[in-house]
Amino acid sequence: MAIDTATAPASAAGRSEKAPKRGRRPSSLLTVLTWILAIGFFSPVIWMVMTSFKQESAAASNPPTFFFEPTLDQYRAVLEAGAGSYFLNSLIATGVSTLLVIVLAVPASYALSIRPVKKTQDVLFFFISTKMLPVVAVIMPIYVIAGQLKVLDNIWTLVVLYTAMNLPIAIWMMRSFFEEVPGEVLEAAQMDGAGLLKTMRTILMPMVAPGLAATALICVIFAWNEFFFALNLTAAKAATTPVFLVSQMTSEGLFLAKLSAASVLASLPVVLAGWIAQKQLVRGLSMGAVK
Amino acid sequence: MSTLVEKQQLKRHEQRQDRDRAKAAKAEGWRRRGPLLPALIFTIIVTQLPFLFTLWYSLQNWNLLRPDGDAFVGLRNYIDIFADSTFRQAALNSIIFTLGCVFAAMVLGIVFALLLDRNFKGRGFVRTLLITPFLIMPVASAVLWSVSMLNPSYGLFNWILGLFGIPAVDWTSSFPVISILMALVWQWTPFMMLLVLAGLQAQPKDVLEAAQMDGAGWWKTFVSITLPQLRRYIELGVLLGAIYVVNTFDQIYLMTAGGPGTASANLPFYIYQRAFLGFDIGQAAAMGVIVVIATIIIATFALRLIFRSFDVKD
Repeated sequence: MAIDTATAPASAAGRSEKAPKRGRRPSSLLTVLTWILAIGFFSPVIWMVMTSFKQESAAASNPPTFFFEPTLDQYRAVLEAGAGSYFLNSLIATGVSTLLVIVLAVPASYALSIRPVKKTQDVLFFFISTKMLPVVAVIMPIYVIAGQLKVLDNIWTLVVLYTAMNLPIAIWMMRSFFEEVPGEVLEAAQMDGAGLLKTMRTILMPMVAPGLAATALICVIFAWNEFFFALNLTAAKAATTPVFLVSQMTSEGLFLAKLSAASVLASLPVVLAGWIAQKQLVRGLSMGAVK
Repeated sequence: MSTLVEKQQLKRHEQRQDRDRAKAAKAEGWRRRGPLLPALIFTIIVTQLPFLFTLWYSLQNWNLLRPDGDAFVGLRNYIDIFADSTFRQAALNSIIFTLGCVFAAMVLGIVFALLLDRNFKGRGFVRTLLITPFLIMPVASAVLWSVSMLNPSYGLFNWILGLFGIPAVDWTSSFPVISILMALVWQWTPFMMLLVLAGLQAQPKDVLEAAQMDGAGWWKTFVSITLPQLRRYIELGVLLGAIYVVNTFDQIYLMTAGGPGTASANLPFYIYQRAFLGFDIGQAAAMGVIVVIATIIIATFALRLIFRSFDVKD
């Protein structure tokens, strides 16, 4: 039906004066449909947030409770369950690994774009192929080696692994941003006798700054949400937020409202970051291929 | 005479120049390679070195529960795997999850992208709503789906079905694969939508208008102009989506734990089970190696596509 109505503008286009307003009614129908679908698609999130403000009895009721007196009890309970230390671990793992990724990826992608090494394509191939290899194939040796080095349940182990996990994506992304820098700009800088570091600092970095932000955002999303390594390589000391969420699920039976509150808190940082940086998100998710 | 000496001198001079040039080229090569090396070496150490260990483990009979320790068994672990019907089931599930999720998310993503590629009130807000599932922590979204949505006694899903007179279903035990797919598609649709939307917005508008002037209907315009234009974006979405979805672990771990039995285990989850719950390191390592080999075969085809999408020049 929506398809039929959408053909209307073609015939209305003949009346040229009304061109900007053409097909008004059918398009408003489509708009209503869009809103309904979007809210339907988003509704699990609404339900999660609603549940987090309920008492436990109202959270797991049949029929579902739609009207209730909101309470902050669950959030208080989550914080009292020691969520803070898990959050801190997530913050360290995400923040430090993202920083390391940027420090390693910027020079590497420079060497793959502006002043390329000989086998650029092979190197790019290698980096992306590490993304395709299943993590599960290397978790056992990592576990055994970490055990021997006595770095199990150590937040720095996660920092190293998250850096390796995000580095290929970051290199591909930063490379696509460097490729966009016009050659003339760099030549001009060289004519002026600017050294590499100076060119980097004064010309390149300001030009790719938005790209750098996009790269960092993607690294933050993947590192913050990572669960597999955290589950297998950490215990009480270095566990991150996803592990905390799971511990809430298994250790003391099911408290749905509390679990929802923990879910909301755990998701909030990345959701907010993604909302704010929507434009960068597309570019980042496509590793720089889509502008 | 003098000419001979001159010639020799000239030759020596040229040789020296060649050597200098070679040296300069070498230095230039290293100057170019220098910035790349830290990242390259780091990646090799962290991602490739462990895999060599995996190869070694896969040739051992190493079960942490058995005190007799490890012994070299050659390829026996690999032979055992081919007799293991659960492994085949897990491999099949991996394919079902990946293809099912990528396909469904792409179709939904295209629909949402088409609806968003118009001017209407609140467009930015609607887009914000639609991308949110991708940003929710996968562990949280797995909990949300398995409990709040699909719980047989108080889940929202059964209540809605009940409004239409459909009796309650225990989703995660009766339809474990479909339940996991629901959560996966919900998470990945925004990803596809964003890529397709970028493709739609890159579309030259005059071609579309010309088609409309020619009286081409919406469907015809979509199939013959929009879809070919979107092809590159769709390929990219399918490819990148597949890379991530094939490694799905969180949803399976939390929603069904691979069950009932092993009905909904994919390869990452099954290997995890063998290694960390069965403590059968040798077997698990051999499975890991097989998965890697399969991945490399598929990836060589996929990478050709990637390079086309990215226009990588050498």
